[in-house]
Amino acid sequence: MPRIPFIGRKIEDTKMVEYPSDAIIPERDLGKVPVLECRHLGIDFGGLHAVSEFNLTIGQTEIAGLIGPNGAGKTTVFNLLTKVYQPTYGTILLAGKDTAGMTTDQVNKAGIARTFQNIRLFDTLTVEENVMIGLHNEIGCGMWSSIFRLPTHFSAERRFHERAMELLDFFDLEAFASAPAGSLPYGAQRRLEIVRALATNPKLLLLDEPAAGMNPAETAELTANIRKIRDEFNIAILLIEHDMSLVMEICEGIAVLNYGTIIAKGTPEEIQNNPDVIEAYLGKSQGKDEGPASPEADDHGPEAAPAAAAPKEA
Amino acid sequence: MAGRSRGLSRTTVSNLVTYALVVIAFVVVQAMVSNRMLTYSLQGQLVPICAYIVMAVSLNLVVGLSGELSLGHAGFMSVGAFTGIVVAASLADAIPNPVLRLIVAMLFGGGFAAIAGFLIGIPVMRLHGDYLAIVTLAFGEIIKNLLNNLYVGIDDAGVHFSFSSAEALGMAQGGKVVINGPQGAVGITKLSTFVIGFVLVLLAVFVVLNLKGSRSGRAIMAVRDNRIAAESVGINTTKYRLMAFVLSAALAGMAGVLYGMNYSSIVPKKFDFNTSILILVFVVLGGMGSIRGSIISATVLTILPEALRAVNDYRMLLYAIVLILVMLVTNNPTLKQLWRRIKGSFRRTPKEPAVASEGGDVDA
Repeated sequence: MPRIPFIGRKIEDTKMVEYPSDAIIPERDLGKVPVLECRHLGIDFGGLHAVSEFNLTIGQTEIAGLIGPNGAGKTTVFNLLTKVYQPTYGTILLAGKDTAGMTTDQVNKAGIARTFQNIRLFDTLTVEENVMIGLHNEIGCGMWSSIFRLPTHFSAERRFHERAMELLDFFDLEAFASAPAGSLPYGAQRRLEIVRALATNPKLLLLDEPAAGMNPAETAELTANIRKIRDEFNIAILLIEHDMSLVMEICEGIAVLNYGTIIAKGTPEEIQNNPDVIEAYLGKSQGKDEGPASPEADDHGPEAAPAAAAPKEA
Repeated sequence: MAGRSRGLSRTTVSNLVTYALVVIAFVVVQAMVSNRMLTYSLQGQLVPICAYIVMAVSLNLVVGLSGELSLGHAGFMSVGAFTGIVVAASLADAIPNPVLRLIVAMLFGGGFAAIAGFLIGIPVMRLHGDYLAIVTLAFGEIIKNLLNNLYVGIDDAGVHFSFSSAEALGMAQGGKVVINGPQGAVGITKLSTFVIGFVLVLLAVFVVLNLKGSRSGRAIMAVRDNRIAAESVGINTTKYRLMAFVLSAALAGMAGVLYGMNYSSIVPKKFDFNTSILILVFVVLGGMGSIRGSIISATVLTILPEALRAVNDYRMLLYAIVLILVMLVTNNPTLKQLWRRIKGSFRRTPKEPAVASEGGDVDA
């Protein structure tokens, strides 16, 4: 793949439009089947409704955000979408196709790839092998032709190598290709996880806190990378993130989760001014002091609150 | 010259070293045999050593590549051994050539062991870690006990099976009991030779190394490193764990045929839990995932008890001490660092010009 200079698509270009049944998607995705439609999705752990009545629609090329205080159930939603947990209620339509009864690997084949909050790479294998494993279902080669080194094995290996290096090159990881994945610096490990997920040729990429533990420079690079992925690969992205400036900058539609239910959905501007969201993050404002109401909210610091991003509008 | 060595990947070089090691060892031993430099007892150990190497290499497929602890590997060996003995006995007239007969017996032994591995693998692959280890141990014992009660006879009408007694086989006149319950297989025609053992070792190494450097092998190792991540990139984890398990069982079955056809009689008790542990010791001592290590440790640990025969009373004591010492020494951080430095200084000397020329390429 030739190095294509990245031309960022300005978020201001996005116009969100109503989509049948209380959802919004980017106008450009109207008329195409949404990549993801969750209807009344929910899961119970014993008596606990970890997630309930989760309705979300994501357009084919949308960058969507899922935010909420710690423990709101964001990662549980990811685990439901990828069938790590089987949902207790509701349906998940992936590009119009019901994923009921699918296992995690089948969901991936159907088009959902993900990264993990705590990085999960194949640590003892090399960076290139990690990406090759991501390409597993893209390039076929049977066990016997590998064992007996038939020509199909060599042609498959060549394609594995070429495609893996292309992808690594695209994300500036080619220098690490033969290093063990576990030995990479933190930021590179996060990037490699994204590359590995992209290698599976998904329709929807789920990123679980991609900016966690990154410094501002790395976050800026990540922001550019996420846009680059959407533009070059032409896929939808759903990300969980606590870095509100990142979320507000790149997400076109945002859903806010609290106690397992969606309390608000809308464009970044709408979310920033939504009183329910501000309350979920900062607590009710009629209290004596303005301080955070819950210890969870404290973790993000004041800049984590969506309302704090409001000055950006000025 | 430098260009060619750079063209070969580090894995390819490492694989070639392993093959070279096996071939050189074979040539040296063959030369020693023809010059009568080996003791009689050591010469008798050659085929078992080959069988144990194949066992260790095949178990390494499960323990090293797939990352699961299997404690019933000897069970698959015995399935192969007894299948091979029956097949070889029933084909005695059909295939007069002993080498060909042994190869056919090995194919059947490997095949039956693979079937056993598949059947056992279906329930076992639902488990992980310690639970999997315990269940494989149980299955190994079940196989041993089944074979302890198996009676097989051959007469003109064909092969007869029974689980009660030799009489229950109901054979015609001139029938021959091949497997006689707890007394095991008797009157085996010895077909195994060191050359065939060597070829089987090469085959096992070839299969495992080729699998390791392939799409399927990477999938197996991915499941070992991180099962959840492997699933998330679309790998059917059960399929690939089962693949490693069945392939390992098939190789163990072939090793069993080699081992069984080396003696005139063999009892099922030979393939008990102790044998499984012995093979696991080979794998762990040689380094999990290291095929070369498995080969070396299987060889050394099979010869060691023989070599220690001079101090007969303390033989097993010394064996245990050697084991413990090797484990301690190879895990000692100071020695490890020393070893790495020695290796590094060796590697750097020939590499320096290559690095320089690489830099030149970048500038150009």
